[in-house]
Amino acid sequence: MDRREFLKIAGLSAAAGSIGIAGCTQKTDVKSGEMTYRTHPENGDRVSILGYGCMRWPLTKDENGKDVVDQEGVNRLVDYAIEHGINYFDAAPMYHNGDCERVTGIALSRHPREKYYIATKLSNFKDSSHEASMQMYRQSFIDLQTDHIDYYLLHSIGRIEDFNRRFLENGMIDFLLEERKAGRIRNLGFSFHGKKEGFDQLLELHSKYHWDFVQIQLNYVDWTHASSRNTDAKYLQEELDKKGIPSIIMEPLLGGRLAKLPKHIADRLKEKDPQKSAASWAFRFAGSPQGVLTVLSGMTYMEHLQDNLSTYSPLNPMNDSEMVFMDETAELMEKYPTIGCTRCQYCMPCPYGIDIPGILSHYNKCVNEGYISSSPESENYRKARRAYLISYDRSVGKLSQADRCIGCNKCVSKCPQGISIPYELRRIDRYIEELRRNKF
Amino acid sequence: MLRKLRITLAIIFFVCITLLFLDFTGTVHTWLGWMAKIQFLPAALALNAAVVAGLILLTAVFGRIYCSVICPLGIMQDIISWFRGRLKKKNRFRFRYSPEKKWLRYGFLAAFIIALALGAHSIAILIAPYSAYGRIAGSLFAPLYQWCNNLCAYFAERAGSYAFYSTEVWLKSLPTLIVAAVTLVVIFVFAWVGGRNYCNTVCPVGTILGFFSRRSILAPVIDSEKCRGCGLCGKQCKSSCIDMQNHKIDYSRCVVCMDCIDTCKEGAISYGYRYGRRSPIKSGMTGGTSDEKQGKSGMTGGTSDEKQGKSGMTDKGRRAFLTTAVLTGGAAAAQAQRKRRKISPIVRVPEKHDRQTPIVPAGSLSIKHFADHCTGCQLCVSVCPNQVLRPSSSLMNLMQPEMSYEKGYCRPECTKCSEVCPAGAIRPVSMEEKSSIQIGHAVVNLDLCVVNTDDVDCGNCARHCPAGAISMVRKNPDDMLSIRIPAVNEEMCIGCGACENLCPARPVSAIHVEGHEVHKTI
Repeated sequence: MDRREFLKIAGLSAAAGSIGIAGCTQKTDVKSGEMTYRTHPENGDRVSILGYGCMRWPLTKDENGKDVVDQEGVNRLVDYAIEHGINYFDAAPMYHNGDCERVTGIALSRHPREKYYIATKLSNFKDSSHEASMQMYRQSFIDLQTDHIDYYLLHSIGRIEDFNRRFLENGMIDFLLEERKAGRIRNLGFSFHGKKEGFDQLLELHSKYHWDFVQIQLNYVDWTHASSRNTDAKYLQEELDKKGIPSIIMEPLLGGRLAKLPKHIADRLKEKDPQKSAASWAFRFAGSPQGVLTVLSGMTYMEHLQDNLSTYSPLNPMNDSEMVFMDETAELMEKYPTIGCTRCQYCMPCPYGIDIPGILSHYNKCVNEGYISSSPESENYRKARRAYLISYDRSVGKLSQADRCIGCNKCVSKCPQGISIPYELRRIDRYIEELRRNKF
Repeated sequence: MLRKLRITLAIIFFVCITLLFLDFTGTVHTWLGWMAKIQFLPAALALNAAVVAGLILLTAVFGRIYCSVICPLGIMQDIISWFRGRLKKKNRFRFRYSPEKKWLRYGFLAAFIIALALGAHSIAILIAPYSAYGRIAGSLFAPLYQWCNNLCAYFAERAGSYAFYSTEVWLKSLPTLIVAAVTLVVIFVFAWVGGRNYCNTVCPVGTILGFFSRRSILAPVIDSEKCRGCGLCGKQCKSSCIDMQNHKIDYSRCVVCMDCIDTCKEGAISYGYRYGRRSPIKSGMTGGTSDEKQGKSGMTGGTSDEKQGKSGMTDKGRRAFLTTAVLTGGAAAAQAQRKRRKISPIVRVPEKHDRQTPIVPAGSLSIKHFADHCTGCQLCVSVCPNQVLRPSSSLMNLMQPEMSYEKGYCRPECTKCSEVCPAGAIRPVSMEEKSSIQIGHAVVNLDLCVVNTDDVDCGNCARHCPAGAISMVRKNPDDMLSIRIPAVNEEMCIGCGACENLCPARPVSAIHVEGHEVHKTI
């Protein structure tokens, strides 16, 4: 190799290196114009798959030291969001102590009205009289500084009785149907939290009222592992698909839980793709069903907004094997949630000698290190079982273990984290008992 | 060659059987459990005809191979005797022929059988070879092994490894420990002085097998034509059964160790078919007049006394050492237990309940069946992973195991004791069978129950009852929200002791299990 050749190669590799570095530093800078859009099957609205939930705006302190929404921060986020293709903003009169619509209205009014869709809700929980509901409805127009609302929701219904009380008996539903005819409401729907029966009954009303959309809780845990108070999202989505009603997704991160995963679950996801955040998996999952119009995310920080934008610009829908993988992840999440013990020792001493922080943190440690196994059939069961039982005996004395808790509840009021200690101890005890009974 | 084979096999058996008593994880039993089950006395008590017949056949054909290869106590004596031989070459040839002491042998055997028949098991099993070894291994060797294990566990814990876990070493029964220690000392002295003297005078199994080996088909035989009468074979015979002058071997005492074959420089002794040879074999005892015998036995008696005296002197230091070792060991264990109690006054083991009827494991059928079959070998005590079984301290059942629940309870998934019992005292039961065998029932003492004493909700007994036999009922039936107290459904209770073990009441549990004399299936 002569000198010229060497210099050439060196120069080229240096150039390649600098490009590489530039590529890395640009990662957070999201490209605009690549957002995935979904089209409303009836009115043809082109809605960005990422919708902005307006219930978690950034906060700041006012002169009295009280938490108030940081209007400047909101403006900055809204500007960035619109610039990068978000065109759906979901507000409600009750968010931020009633400040949400006003703050959101201020930020949005700085942009041309046709660039975005506004959603808000009739949150008449406390006072569902006709007058109070009307007042709330009118106030939304004022606060949001608009003459029409694109998506109007009957806020959080779980049972048909709720619907009857809050919307039928006070005549609001008839009024809102009129408003839809008049064009001040472009789409009318409801948001749902509750059991299957309630959902079925509400969907039956479709023939009567024609719901333009329904807002549901959907994420990879709720997909088939919903808690007993909720309905599996898979069912909800399939029912909506049957009727051709588009869905709007709330709680794609399950209140942030799916962003902050226990270590062993987070590691599972990182092994699949070390560069992607835990949240990105949840968002891809929530956006994958074709009937989804938009996925709402309450993004407080610019980093969240950027991360979500990069997930959805464009959306890479989940394939079948990824769906299975997420279902397994949900199973792990469901069975072995970590406990928020900080080892502050306020619960100690237990009058019956239980080493509460020892038991809880040992459990958390095992969850985080992956020494928890969902079933005797799983691959690492024997190893996990041995590790759990041996380290349990090592870290907690035999007479201080969870099976000694009598449930006197003296510790409950002492826990600053509000952990239901006897309940958790019993859960751990049952798990250990299961391990002990499954001999290897 | 044959001697080497015998030694190899003996070492394998000895190590493996010892492991059975040391291994507290229960893994070794899966592979080696059969070694305990082919022991003669346990098999006889288990009415295991196949094993007994097999052993008798083995003896009738090959001689007392059992005593040399299978019996752990016999091998232990060989080791002790060999060790003395290693010290001085002279010691190797310290034996000399002595005629059979029939009255002693049969006296012991008769006493043994009578004691068994009368139900005085705890006395009979004192001299039973396998269970004597079991007690020595289980009470004296196992704690050492466990302490070593705990040391490994200590380092493993610091290295973040789960290869070892520590186990609790505790004094299960002082009388049994003492019996084991005394047995060890006695056996040691027997072997140190007289080689296989114990096996050929005291041991009932040795005597029984002696019947059959007396006329065994194969045996070591002396070719009197080759023999030059040097007498080496007789001097090194640890069974003292080679009568060199008459070229005779007392086959009822010969344990076919093959030592004599290797010792004979002329190759005059060989192991083989005994009959149809020219060598003068009229079995040992018929030769010689009774007078002669008397005189001789008198003489040998004298010499052995002498030996006893001598060895008594030389052994004093060693014996003292052993005693101190045992005593310090026991004291250390007691100290460790005391120390553990000091950690927290709240966290302490409940005191042992005085039970009216003892509890014996599922599979024992009844207390009587258990007492009739158990040889007190402590194998089940060694393997019990829950610290439930321990040797009884009551006089009638001394060293036979019983259950108690201060340290743990009889867990539903465990059937270890029934798997390992070689004597059929605990018959094999499956996990499913066990869950429906009633070995006792729980009794509540409401005066001690924390619901009453501390006025708190508890229900820990009901929560952990695997049989669902405990319900929490309203203390005041008229008050819907009344605090709840435990009530036992005696029909469903299986006596596992989960309630007793997990009861928070101190110093004694408010709920305890009373054993049943006859177990029943619910």
